[in-house]
Amino acid sequence: MMGQGRLAAWGLGLAALVALPFVYRDPYHLHILVLILIWSFAYTSWSMMGRFGLVSLGHGGFMGIGAYVTALLWNHLGLSPWIGIPISMGAAGALALIVGYPCFRFRITGHYFVLVTLALSGIVLQVITATRDYTGGSLGYTPNRTSGSKLLALQFDDKTTWYLIALGIWLFGIVVWHWVDRSMARYALEAISEDEDAAAAAGVDVTAEKLKITLLSALMTALAGAIYCQYQMFITPDTVSGIAVSLQMVFAAIVGGLFVSLGPTVGAIITILLAETLRIGFGTKAVGWDNLVYGVLLVLFIIFLPKGILGSLLDRLKPQRKVPRTNEQEAVQIARPGA
Amino acid sequence: MLEVNGLVKRFGGFTAVNNVSFRVDQGEILGLIGPNGSGKSTIFNMLSGTLAPTAGSILFAGHEIAGLAPHRIINGGIGRTFQIPRPFRRLTIFENVALAGFYGQGRHSRIKAEEAAERSLAMVGLPTDRHASVDGLGAAGLKKLELAKALATAPKLLLADESLGGLDETEMDQAADMLRNIRDELGITIIWVEHIMGVLMRVVDRVMVLDHGEKISEGLPSAVAGDPRVIEVYLGTDAETTQAAAAEARRRAGG
Repeated sequence: MMGQGRLAAWGLGLAALVALPFVYRDPYHLHILVLILIWSFAYTSWSMMGRFGLVSLGHGGFMGIGAYVTALLWNHLGLSPWIGIPISMGAAGALALIVGYPCFRFRITGHYFVLVTLALSGIVLQVITATRDYTGGSLGYTPNRTSGSKLLALQFDDKTTWYLIALGIWLFGIVVWHWVDRSMARYALEAISEDEDAAAAAGVDVTAEKLKITLLSALMTALAGAIYCQYQMFITPDTVSGIAVSLQMVFAAIVGGLFVSLGPTVGAIITILLAETLRIGFGTKAVGWDNLVYGVLLVLFIIFLPKGILGSLLDRLKPQRKVPRTNEQEAVQIARPGA
Repeated sequence: MLEVNGLVKRFGGFTAVNNVSFRVDQGEILGLIGPNGSGKSTIFNMLSGTLAPTAGSILFAGHEIAGLAPHRIINGGIGRTFQIPRPFRRLTIFENVALAGFYGQGRHSRIKAEEAAERSLAMVGLPTDRHASVDGLGAAGLKKLELAKALATAPKLLLADESLGGLDETEMDQAADMLRNIRDELGITIIWVEHIMGVLMRVVDRVMVLDHGEKISEGLPSAVAGDPRVIEVYLGTDAETTQAAAAEARRRAGG
């Protein structure tokens, strides 16, 4: 139900975003923009299921699998990321199904679901650290520089190329978000998040619907991890996997706004600018401060702005936009990590 | 159309439904009555797949459906309402019903689902406006929405669970007439669970009475209403009061 005006606004905005690197070439600022776009895509992927009350703290695991499997296949088997990325996504998807199926079949929901996914995140981190002979452990891992085709190796030195790739991936995430939003699956998932029995009585296969959205979300998150790895050419367990990354996804999605398509993007802008500001302003003295700020902000947002910055702003601009979703607060409440 | 044989449901040591058998014929309205805790809702939950039976068989249109997942039973042609309405408040009224129309009919086409939603909403007398919120509905409206959701799944057999609780007398009569219309116009067979005997007796073809998980009577409304066992259990409290009053009167006369 996108109006002509909104479509035009999207078109204009996109054109401006595509044109940007050809006009403005500051490498540092482009670097920040690439990071924001890649993380926006990861956060959008998380919010695909998070918005339906399926709060996962396991997405760090999916992202880590995306990054590490792609890099390991390249270094050890010489497999191009063009093949490695689909394989890594497949691995993350398989893991999502293995963890998701028993959870959904036996109705592990709410806080218990959060705990199961938290364990998933921790396990992937441990596996990466423990297999340090292959993954480099906590010291990190670097995909080998290619001597052949850069396109085949998906390695580019040029920031503009990466900016355009990241923009494409980000846009893909937004399109998928809207596609889900306009599908009947959204009705089913909203219904499931409120009352599983009543949804089943309407004919919804509750387990299958939850698995589908979880699979989609995991596949996209693994892609985000792989792209991040190809761009940075250096990954550590702490930057692409584990609980900290998962928490960061929850934080960004909630702060930006879980229920609007650009909410996670706003969240990424805030988290990355915050991390960069702290890094530049305080250097190594401020390591870990961003997590402290996230924690405080998360509590404040869940209490005062449950729809996030963008969600609340849009509500204020167009209060008659939609029928209010009265239970939105509930979905956010179980997203309270560590509380 | 529906044949239930030796249906049993135990929760731990408690037997909620004990060896109940019955059948429902095409185009019939069967009333299912009994005091609180007599096992009516448990039977409904087993028929609709929300609960798996401990033992027994449920044949629907010749197929065994006992223990199947709810969505498969709903897709097979059984629709149900809940005793307490369970609307999806994050969706509009129309979306609630369209959802049932889409998933309840095997996810074929969105257009078909929306048409089913419009028909069902019109049938129960709710507005077909696409943006109307569930929050605007009162008790009677929510019951109608429950019914519309069940109808949108295109059932051959409708399980209506105590659809009149919380309504005033005019609303009750309207709701009873609506169930009859659904049967007459759409040819849907109905099992109707109800506390309120009066309205039910006016509409149903046959009645089955449950007590403590067992079937104690079955037959035409007039015959069942006169059955002494039914009067004893269903109006048990009244009978006791009457007997107690009579005993008191005798004691006084004697003393």
